[in-house]
Amino acid sequence: MYSKGLKPLSVATVVTLATAMALVFFYAPLDADQGFVQKIFYVHVPMAIVALCGFVAGGVMAIRHLRSGDRSWDMRSYVAIHISIILGVGVLVTGSIWAKASWGHWWVWDEPVLVSFLVVFLLYCVYYPLRFSIEDPERQARYSSVFAIVAGAFVPLNFAAVRLAESYTHPRVLSQTGGSLPGDMRLTFLVSLLAMALLFVTLWKLELTAKHASMQLKRLRRKLAEREAVTA
Amino acid sequence: MIRATRAILRKDLLLELRTKESVPAMTLFTLTVYVLFHFGLDRDSLDGELAAGVLWVTLLLAAVIGVTRLFATEREQGGIDALLLAPVDRTALFLAKASALFLFLVAVELVAVPAFGLLLLGPGLGGTLPELVAILLLANLGVASVGALVAALAAETRARELIVPLLLLPLLVPLLIAGAQATEPFLRQDQGPEDLDRWLALLTLYDVVFVLVSVAVFDYLLED
Repeated sequence: MYSKGLKPLSVATVVTLATAMALVFFYAPLDADQGFVQKIFYVHVPMAIVALCGFVAGGVMAIRHLRSGDRSWDMRSYVAIHISIILGVGVLVTGSIWAKASWGHWWVWDEPVLVSFLVVFLLYCVYYPLRFSIEDPERQARYSSVFAIVAGAFVPLNFAAVRLAESYTHPRVLSQTGGSLPGDMRLTFLVSLLAMALLFVTLWKLELTAKHASMQLKRLRRKLAEREAVTA
Repeated sequence: MIRATRAILRKDLLLELRTKESVPAMTLFTLTVYVLFHFGLDRDSLDGELAAGVLWVTLLLAAVIGVTRLFATEREQGGIDALLLAPVDRTALFLAKASALFLFLVAVELVAVPAFGLLLLGPGLGGTLPELVAILLLANLGVASVGALVAALAAETRARELIVPLLLLPLLVPLLIAGAQATEPFLRQDQGPEDLDRWLALLTLYDVVFVLVSVAVFDYLLED
């Protein structure tokens, strides 16, 4: 059901990831004032963008679930949020490394994007305890979807608020992702972004397939147990 | 719907008046936190950013208590079933619960903010009252709508007391930012508003977004 097209997608992901890595290390020029460490930018920023889009996509899927009552949409929303949280850990770790290398501290509070990301990440971490402390599966799906929608609406609002609160001391990253990136860096960045997005979709489909398969297995086992109980 | 809202709100306020459970506890909590901050910071009087931070963190933590207790009586006494069986719109339930929380917060602040002025604040509160009241009311509206939503979300989970603060506090971060930044200039020695419009706009935006989102999704909570 979910595994359709998984194989070509995986191949495309591997190829794009390899191309992105090759471009990062052999094609993109060294940054004038940061040198080699700037290359973490090609991992950190695409990862952050994909994670945030994943959170918002989880919210949109949750809306579809509540609208249609089809619980498979809740499963899709759950897996999207799950993978975004894993990417989120990567974002915080790479961001931290980058901050240490270029500003000398493991964490800087005056970088609005990083701080907003932390708040969003902390909020989404509550998704697990919320989801798994509700036993009734139908209710679990419904409540998780409500959470996903509320948190999805919270993401842009929080970014606006934190941005307003911080002094604009480090607009560097933003202006880089904007128009001011030189051509070869821009191409590398876009390929990295595409690779990360493909990776997200592949992992998402893979996880959905695995979840679906294990649910089917459980159903079959239950049926088998019932039959054995009848014959015994 | 207005009648249903008013009936549920009346019930909640009456309950609070007779049991005196939430509001006194929240008020007492704020006073305790002031004492904690006094010793933790080792300062006799605060002003400016520090004062705004202490005030807002205290108020939001007190709100957590109110939110945790919001559906408590219904759950413990089983009144929730009756409430859900009643042929009223869920929106009415949301509006009533949010209004109750709003009024509780106002009652707490009536004591907690003057007490803050007395106990910890260096400069007086006198000249800034209208602005301060406006900021607090806008923030209360946001806390009330998010709080009612979180309370309903957590009501059906096993680890309610755990979920509420974990869920509520990150959601309140934008409110904390706007509230603290807006009040900070009034708590300085040389008082005077600064960027007030920007922060009031952010508070209003937050309120509008979360009231709309809450009303939209509340129908799906507390079903069956």
